[in-house]
Parts: sequence; structure tokens; C-alpha cells
Amino acid sequence: MKADWIPLALVPAIAIAALPLVGSAPTWVTLTVAGLAMGMMIFMMASGLTLVFGLMDVLNFAHGVFIAVGAYGAASVLTRMTHAMEAPTLASDLAAMAPAVVAAIALAAALGWFFERVLIRPVYGDHLRQILITMGGLIVFEQLILVVWGPDMIPLPRPGALSGAFIVGEAAIERYRVAAVVVGLAVFAGMWLLLNRTRVGLLVRAGVENPEMVESLGYRIRRLFVGVFVAGSGLAGLGGAMWAMYQEQVNAQMGAQVLVLIFIVVIIGGLGSVGGCFIGALLAGLLANYTGYLAPKLALGSNLLLMVLVLLWRPRGLFPVGRA
Amino acid sequence: MPDPLLSLAGVNTHIGQYHILQGVDFDVPHGGLTMLLGRNGAGKTTCLRTIMGLWHASAGSIRMDGADITRARTPDVARLGVAYVPENMGIFAGLTVEENLRLATREGAPDRGRLDWIFGLFPALKTFWHGLAGNLSGGQKQMLAIARAIVEPRRLLLVDEPSKGLAPAIIANMIAAFEELKRTGTTMLVVEQNFHFARSLGDTVAVMDSGRIVHAGRMDALAADAALQTRLLGLSLDSHQ
Repeated sequence: MKADWIPLALVPAIAIAALPLVGSAPTWVTLTVAGLAMGMMIFMMASGLTLVFGLMDVLNFAHGVFIAVGAYGAASVLTRMTHAMEAPTLASDLAAMAPAVVAAIALAAALGWFFERVLIRPVYGDHLRQILITMGGLIVFEQLILVVWGPDMIPLPRPGALSGAFIVGEAAIERYRVAAVVVGLAVFAGMWLLLNRTRVGLLVRAGVENPEMVESLGYRIRRLFVGVFVAGSGLAGLGGAMWAMYQEQVNAQMGAQVLVLIFIVVIIGGLGSVGGCFIGALLAGLLANYTGYLAPKLALGSNLLLMVLVLLWRPRGLFPVGRA
Repeated sequence: MPDPLLSLAGVNTHIGQYHILQGVDFDVPHGGLTMLLGRNGAGKTTCLRTIMGLWHASAGSIRMDGADITRARTPDVARLGVAYVPENMGIFAGLTVEENLRLATREGAPDRGRLDWIFGLFPALKTFWHGLAGNLSGGQKQMLAIARAIVEPRRLLLVDEPSKGLAPAIIANMIAAFEELKRTGTTMLVVEQNFHFARSLGDTVAVMDSGRIVHAGRMDALAADAALQTRLLGLSLDSHQ
């Protein structure tokens, strides 16, 4: 099978190109790790959305709610377990984080299931209604978050063992960012194995290309839709929990705030492509950090510029998925 | 006369505001190859898609071995043993040839003996077994689409224009493959525009025009009647070699 290496080479190419511009090697290392960590968290939040786009042809603008709900779910657990995090050992921190992460995934997945059944199912195949109803869902559920958790921002201190930084040479590398990279890589590896080594993954990949043909082979694609939607929502919840700990606070709008970036990543990667989403997220994370350092006024627009350049080069994204 | 495998009676299909099938009646006998002919826009593809449950009939009935499948969902129709090869072939371009065939096998991996038989029909599939289906030529994609439909024994094959856009040498290969399938007793309903292809393979024929069946009978009888061909299809079969 002939691999398309050019998009893969973009990530190291951007990093190498930034080195002389940044000037200082330690600063470059710090920025690069920060960019990769940000990219991994964006990937976790965006990977479900790209599959939902690709497989179900659903424009889900409410995806930000799953991120926010995941973050609140994790915060609810972690704020009750501060005693476990007072001893800054990795084991105690992980013991505290595990139920928080499970809560984040479960809450977001359950909300995803509700969304699919109640809001999305009646509007399959109708993009305009999908946009309207999911935007409405985003607004309603953001308000419900305020009702349940209150209007105030919730501070969320990072677990002790994941606070602070390693000093490598003269470069400071935040521990939490390294943890985010590890979790992101694990999620990507898990998704890759699921999609490429299992029959369910084979069905998902085929369904992204041609759902009608998958049905014609005797598979109930609607059940697959629900599974992917719920799993994608759960992943958004995990990404939301990681993002909240990165930001060290939780607020109801946090999902909506990163939604534009997530859509950019999904479009850059190619709708329905998990690999494309991964590369797109890393590019977006790195570029945001480099431009934030080199030209802060350009930081906000850098990812829009990235999207424009990628689409000029490959109008269907880095790894276009054939759609019948 | 034995009961047909597939029977359509008074089938109407609407797509949006368009009334495409306007009372289609015909039978597909067990074990033979029925050709569905007609001019462009006659409703042939809609007919196959309606049988497959991809579009639902607004009136009439479709029965398979006596069971009513008029409102059945596509996966349920497929699980009755119906395989469908659409006009665009419907192959999964991002999957390998092997993955395309594995997906069409309901349980586990394709049977080795069956695969060898398929490789005998379409040797190119063995050559490109681990290659992406999207990189195959048009003819090879059509071979893969048909191979996917027969990777397990099926009771009925619905094939939409298998010769479309193929070079004459590939069409000859395709005709040989369908002849081999006929020898296995597989029942087939094939939509075709290539009359040479149709005449070579068809046992029975149904001709559609404006959403209705306007002729049904033996293929050899239609092939022998140039006047009937001209009246039904606008052209003689002999002018389409």
C-alpha cells in the first residue's frame, strides 16, 4: 500500500522551520512540547467529530457541549478528591484522575447518546436543520450546565505529580504537557488499532466512504452511527477533561470556545479521516504556539491561514476520504 | 411453472415529487439470468434500488420466495441472500481488495476455495490483493464489485450495468464470468445497455419504458425479432455489437 508521506512530513517541517525563527533552542523545545500537547488535546476533542462528519454526514455544532460536560464531570470528581492529590505521588494522582476521567467520558457519552436519539436522528440528511438544531442544543445545554454547576468558573488545580516542569538542559518542559502528549498518543494508537485491526473498524472505514453500500452488504449502519456518536462524544469528554486541567479552570463556554479550532482541524485533516485529524491537530497546536511567541497579534488568525493554505493545496483536506 | 424467486407486482416508486416506477410487474425465475433493458431514464436503476430497499415502493408488492419484502430494510434484504452491484460499483476505494471482500463475508474471512474460484474468474484481484481498491482500473473495480457480490453464495444477484465504460476485452472477460456464474445456478437480474452483452447472457428479458414493463419474455425471442427490438428499444440488437 502506498502511503502518503507529504502531510506527515509537515509536522517536523514546521517544527524545524520554526527553530531559526525562534532563535533560542530551549525556548523552541518548550514551544514545541506545548504545541504537541495542545495538538493532542485538540485531537482528542476533534477525533469523534470527524468520524461523525464522515460516517453520518452530520454537522454537529453541539460538539462543544460534550467537551464542557466532560470537563465539569472531571472537575466534580477531582474537587471531591483533593485529599488524594495532596500527596504528590504519581500513583495517588493517577488514582484520583482515573475516576475523574471515567466520569468525564461517561457523562459526555451519555449526553451524546441523548443528542443522537433526540436531536440528531430526526434531521439526518438535512444539513440546514442539523446546524440549527445543534446550535440550539449547544445554547440550551450550556445554560443547563450553569443551572447544574452554577454560573461561576470552577478552578481546577492540576494534580501535584503533574504540576511543575522538568528542566532538560535549559529548556523547561511542563509535566502536564508531557502527560497530555502520552495520553494523546495512546488515544491515537487505540483508535488506529480499532479502525485498522478490527471488524468494527473496517465497517467504520467503509461506512465513512459509502454508508449505503455497507447497508447493501447486510450491516445495520444506524447502529454503527449510534456507537460512533457515543464514542466520539466520550472522547470529546476526555479531551475536555484534559483541556480543563491544562487551563486549570472550567467554564460552560469552554467547549464553544475551542469549537472553531476543532472544525478547522477536522477540515484540514479531511472529513472523516482520523489520521488527517491527528496531523491537522498537531499542525494547529504547533502553529498556535510558534506564532503566539513570534507574532502574538497573528496567533488568532494563524490556524485560519493554515486552513486556507492546506485547502489551496488539497481542497478535500490532507487525507481525503472517498465518499460515494 | 415453478414459482419465481423474485416477483414484482404493481410496484410504484416516488423519489421526491417524481413518480419513477409506475406499476412495474415482472418475475425473476429461479436459477436464470434475467436482463432488464430499456432506454436511459426508463426506471431500471430505480427498480433495482427499490428491490434492494434503498428506496421504498409507494405501492405494489415485492416478494422473494413468497415472502413480502416490499417494506424491508436494505440490510434485511441483503441478509435474505440478495447481493447488489450498483452502477457506480460501490467499492470502498480506501480499503484494500482483501478488505473489500472480507467486509462482504458475513462471518470471519472469505472461504479459501471460494476465493480460488473468484481468482480464476478475475485473476487481477489476486495480483492486487493487498492494494487499495481505489488504485484499480475501471475494469478491475467492476471485477471487485462483482467478486464482492459472490464472495459467499447468494440467492439473487442484482447487477446494474456491469459493462458500462469497459473496454471490449474486459467485457468479454465479464461475459465469461457471468456464464460461469450461470453454470453455478445463481439467479441474476442484470440491468444492461450493451445489447451484445444482454443477448449473450440473458435467459429471460424484461423491457422497461417510462417506469413500466412494456415487454417480458425469452431473450432469444427478442434477439430474433428485429422489429420488436426497434419498437421497444429504438435500435436493433444487431446494430449494437
